[in-house]
Amino acid sequence: MTANVLLIACGALARELVLLTRRNRWSHLKVQCLPPELHNTPQRIPGEVVAVIEANRAKFEHIFVAYADCGTGGMLDKALEAYGIERLPGAHCYEFFTGATSFARFCDEEPGTYYLTDFLVRHFDRLVIGALGLDKHPQLKGEYFRNYRRVMYLAQSPSDELRQLAKSHADYLGLAYTEHFTGLDRVGTELHEHVVQWQN
Amino acid sequence: MSQQNESTDDIVLADLPDEELVEQMFDDLYDGLADEITEGTNILLSRGWSATRVLDDALVGGMNIVGIDFRDGILFVPEVLLAANAMKAGMAILRPLLAETGAKPVGKMVIGTVKGDIHDIGKNLVGMMMEGAGFEVIDLGINTDADAYIAALEKERPDILGMSALLTTTMPYMKVVIDNLKEKGMRDDYIILVGGAPLNDDFGKAIGADAYCRDAATAVDVAKQLVKERRAL
Repeated sequence: MTANVLLIACGALARELVLLTRRNRWSHLKVQCLPPELHNTPQRIPGEVVAVIEANRAKFEHIFVAYADCGTGGMLDKALEAYGIERLPGAHCYEFFTGATSFARFCDEEPGTYYLTDFLVRHFDRLVIGALGLDKHPQLKGEYFRNYRRVMYLAQSPSDELRQLAKSHADYLGLAYTEHFTGLDRVGTELHEHVVQWQN
Repeated sequence: MSQQNESTDDIVLADLPDEELVEQMFDDLYDGLADEITEGTNILLSRGWSATRVLDDALVGGMNIVGIDFRDGILFVPEVLLAANAMKAGMAILRPLLAETGAKPVGKMVIGTVKGDIHDIGKNLVGMMMEGAGFEVIDLGINTDADAYIAALEKERPDILGMSALLTTTMPYMKVVIDNLKEKGMRDDYIILVGGAPLNDDFGKAIGADAYCRDAATAVDVAKQLVKERRAL
């Protein structure tokens, strides 16, 4: 089957989206990911997403965006509005993995929570230590993290290896460790609601 | 050791004439070299420079270059943090001397990160640059609720309220604070500046702030301008 729907996604979701499209046999979907490093410069996300839309809008019948607001302060929504394209709900991927109610509860419980997903656990060295310059300037760790109290590993597909890694990241940051299983059901349902209607 | 570092090590700050020393301090600030900034600050003071002149010409001048390169994407957060730490080292020497002069502050600012948000790197940078520009800064810290902001405003009677947020989920709280001020009839008593990575001009206008400031240098410029305008009324 030829894909008639383009899913523009954050690279931090690539593994999960591939899993979901296989599991649900969404053969009408083509997933195109943008670099996850964009999260460190969220002001660039709307422009990068629009560039992919512009390059592909003639090739696909429908486009959906697998980003939350992701720190763009509403600018992603503004950009998508011009094309009538929708995105995943919420402020962050943490929110659409956990659901808005649970995420709000976690934030209220402890505003100083540093969230990790499977992706961030795997790529912590590059996307946290490297991106924050802690490999070159370890003395900055206190500046970045002094107000955090705990790491919460939001686990999509946890394994002993990932849990151990997540704990070691919490230890590195000098923070308490906790975890919460999210699985992929919530984001899968959300995507299903949006994209299944376009299945030929 | 890199050639650049060897070259830096070869420079004896005390041997440099004033103008070259200030240029070197710009470079040292840019490179986040706190020890060199401490040394340069002490040398300039020993040559009879006033604390205000050292602050304005060497430290603030150097940080302005850092701010411009950050805005233009040449420097990133780690480098800015290192530069800020170097400036802090200089400020630690100058602060008591500036206090001794008894000079009246340019204005007064109460600043804090909003409720639910614990990010303070940007807020601290703004506070430092505002202090460098001659403002008295009252820092309420992080996770600040409306009651805490209002209590500080009533106690300190500042010219400016500054609010910071890094999260899309916490930035709407700025409107809660402003609405509280309106309800109490206090809104127009203060200049309200807002800032933080996910904010923009439209958001600042929508919540009723006087200005959104995209970076610390802008905050200083806007603060000076709005205080001047308000005092001219």
